[in-house]
Parts: sequence; C-alpha cells; structure tokens
Amino acid sequence: MQEKELLPHLFRTEYRKIIAVLVRHFGFDQLSLAEDLASDTFLIAAETWGLKGLPENPVAWLYAVAKNKARDQLKHQQVFEKKIKPALVPRDESFFSVDLDLSDENIKDSQLQMMFAIADPQLSVESRIALILRILCGFGLEEIADAFLTSRETVHKRLTRAKEKLRQSGMSFSAPTHAETGARLETVLISLYLLFNEGYYSSSRIGVVRRELCLEAMRLTLLLADNENTCTPAVDALFALMCFHSSRFDARTDENGEIIRYDDQDRSLWNDELIAKGNYYLNKASMGSKMSRYHIEAAIACLHSEKANDGLKWDKILSLYNQLLMQEYSPVTALNRTYALYKVQGKEIAIIDAKKLDLSGSHLYHILLGHLYQGVDDQEAVRHLQTALTLAKTETERKRIRKDLSQLQAVR
Amino acid sequence: MNEFLLIFRRDVKANGSQPSPEQLQSVMKEWQNWIGSIAAQNKLVSSGNRLADEGKVVKPGAVITNGPYVEIKEAIGGYIVIKTGSLEEAAEISKGCPILKAGGNVEVRGVVPMEM
Repeated sequence: MQEKELLPHLFRTEYRKIIAVLVRHFGFDQLSLAEDLASDTFLIAAETWGLKGLPENPVAWLYAVAKNKARDQLKHQQVFEKKIKPALVPRDESFFSVDLDLSDENIKDSQLQMMFAIADPQLSVESRIALILRILCGFGLEEIADAFLTSRETVHKRLTRAKEKLRQSGMSFSAPTHAETGARLETVLISLYLLFNEGYYSSSRIGVVRRELCLEAMRLTLLLADNENTCTPAVDALFALMCFHSSRFDARTDENGEIIRYDDQDRSLWNDELIAKGNYYLNKASMGSKMSRYHIEAAIACLHSEKANDGLKWDKILSLYNQLLMQEYSPVTALNRTYALYKVQGKEIAIIDAKKLDLSGSHLYHILLGHLYQGVDDQEAVRHLQTALTLAKTETERKRIRKDLSQLQAVR
Repeated sequence: MNEFLLIFRRDVKANGSQPSPEQLQSVMKEWQNWIGSIAAQNKLVSSGNRLADEGKVVKPGAVITNGPYVEIKEAIGGYIVIKTGSLEEAAEISKGCPILKAGGNVEVRGVVPMEM
C-alpha cells in the first residue's frame, strides 16, 4: 500500500530534479535524452520496488540509478562518438567523467537554469507553460492536457515542437548571471504568473489539479526568491501576490467545486499563515525603486485579504487599478477597475464607464453589467446575464450564471 | 485609431485660497479616475506629465524671459496622449477632464503620424 503512494509522490518531487541535473550535465540539446533517462529510472524503480519492496532510502536509490543510467548512456555515446563520429570533440573533460552531482545545491541551481532556458521569448506562452509543467513540475501529458482543456496528442505535439525549437536556438544551459537575469527574468516571471493564474482562475479544472498548478508556480517562484542572483523586488512581489491569492483557496470553492464569490466567502477559512507570508514578501518587495505590475497586483490582493470590507479599502483598490491600467491594459483589469468604481461611486457611474469598455464579446463583461444593473434596471440585468450565458465557455460558469439569473428572477 | 494630445491649461491663481489636504486628495482621485477610465478603454497612449509652473522663454537675440506665458491663463499645466477613432471622440473624452471644474480648459490636437 505504501509503495503505491510513495512512487507518485517521488515522481512529483524527484523526476524534475533528476531531469534538471541531467540536462545541466549533458547539455541543453540533450533534453529529450534526459527525459528518457529520468523516465527509465522511475520505470526501473517501479519494477524493482514492486518485486522487492522499498529500499531504505528511496530518494538515494533513485539518484544512484539515475547516475548509473547516465554513465551507461555515456559509454554508448562514447562508442558512438569514437566509431561513428571521430571528428566530434567532447565539450569538456567533465562531460565524460560521469558522476552526476545530485547535491541539494546543484539540484536547485539546475532547476533555476532550466527555468531560464525554457523561458525563451520565441516560444508561445502555451508552449512555455507546457514545458514548465512537463520538465519542472513532472506533470504527465494527461495532466497537462487537462490543464489546457486539450488533448494528449496536442500537448505532445506542442512539447515536441517547443523542444525542437529550443534545441535549434542553441540556448546555452548555464547558471543565470545578473545580466541574464535582467533580460530573461521578465519572461520567467510572466510564465510563472500565468501558470499560477491558470490554476487559480480557470473554473473548468478539477480542484486538485488547479491547486497543484498554483503550488508548483509558488514553489518555482520561491526558488527565484531564495537565490541571490534572481531575487529582485518583482520576484518578491509576485510571490506575495501568489500568497495572498492562495490564502483564499479553501474559501473560494464549495464542496461541489463551485466558485464562491469574494463577498460570499467564509472569512474564517482564509489562511492567516499565507496572508502573513504575503505581507512579509510584499514588504521585502518594497525595497526596490521600480514598481512592477506585480507590486500593484500584490497590493490589491493584500487589500483583498483584509477582513474589513469598508469604503476606504475600495477607494485604495480603485486607485491601484487605475495605476495598473496606466502601466498595462488588459480587459480583465478594465473589468475589475469598473467593479471597484462601482464599490466607490455607485452603480450608475460604474455603468456609464462599463459601457465605454467595448468588451461585449466577453461573458465576464456581461456578468459585470448584469451585476451592476441589478436594482437599477432588472430587465437589463437579465438581458446581460442571458448574453453571458450564451458566451460562457465552461459548464461551471454557466451553472453560476444560471444561479444568478434564477436569484434575480425570484426577486422580481 | 489616431493619437491626440490633450493639453491642459489652468488659471493657477483662479482658486485663490489654499486647498485643504482633503481637497487635494479628492483632486488627485478625480484625475486618477479620469485617466484610469481612459486606460480602461485601452485608449491611453501616455499618461504624459504635469509641468512645473515656472519656466523660461528663449527668444531670438538671446532674449530670455521668465515665465513661458503672457497671460497666466495661457500656461500649459500638463498633457497626456490618447488614441481614439476621431477628433470628436477625443473631445468627448476631454469633457470628463477634472481641469474643467477648476476653471481650466483642454486643447485637443491630433498628432501628425509619421507613416502616412
């Protein structure tokens, strides 16, 4: 019984470490090889442990097998290189002296490097996130397909193409230095931010997968925050943002996985420990002089984690949304700002602003207007909710809208 | 979409008395909300700048005078750049500018594009 739970757990935690270390050793163009070796290692573990029971130290066991696998691979490769490609020069001495360094430190460094290598701006956002999930989080194809609402085949193709592109671009796989950090950190942060959002906002996933996406994003962000070459104020701000959001995890869905809106949440379910952590990192983030969008978003999330729900709070939130929009437009921010405007200045004024938004193709826009028109013009509210119903993409969302509609019609 | 420069002119002395901190706060919020509303429509190109009251004008013959303006009412207080479908729409947006409440005005000018 114990083996059954241990192996998936170890796969989650160790697969990505082994891959990262292997890639660091063999070079980034050998990513597929590293994946094969890591998978082989786990296959051997599954068979051996199944037959003989658990070793005393399963992690050390896995590492030893991975090291042997790497050594065997190199022997093959050396034969290949010597007999078939005699002209090829090995990259350096250490390449052939196979002793994989699976120390904690090397694992962390390797994972950091991997993060930077994957964050290639040439790749589409979907590809980057898929690669992160596969290589850095040890997700299976099925799970990634689930996270993207797509098929296993599509994910497989996407990953293959992305890896080919990375191989061609000849990205060197070396420790991120300060200079590199600046240029690529932005792309790394966006990928992690989107990975987190994917888990936090998409209402279509089953609860467990969603939460795991968020936790993985947090784990990787913390890796950046803990490394002296990559811990910028923006990284701290992003981590703070994730802490604040995830503090409401238990409160935002009911037992059927349906979303509970902010105003209706049971505040006693908010996680105080995560809120405190968020405050700590937001404080740390304010050391720098540059205000990133993550700073503003973390500040908003921080206000949302305050249990008081007064006008002053919404005043600050509105002001922060104004700032965020001035830095960077996004439809969701525009909608959130309009909601904050309603909280500060009332429904009539918010409706006037909402109508200027030109987002009538989005179901979220119509949900917002449906909400704003309640009590102002109920017929108009119903009309907007019905439009939202036809535009909504997932069943969970439609369920929620139908609920709103029936509540509204019951009042009338 | 075309870009338009909105120039704010304000009679600095029109208000006379010193505004209270609360008034200042509410003035700031009005500006924030107005610009935020433009940004929410994805029509903000640049949040521009607020210009200092003092300045100099350099004229031919090495003549330098203090103050950029003949009459205080003509002083440019600041500017932003927006993008809209037409000059009319830009003017419509300008109607919400808080400077109007302070007795100032907004000049709306199209930016001549480099690529014709």
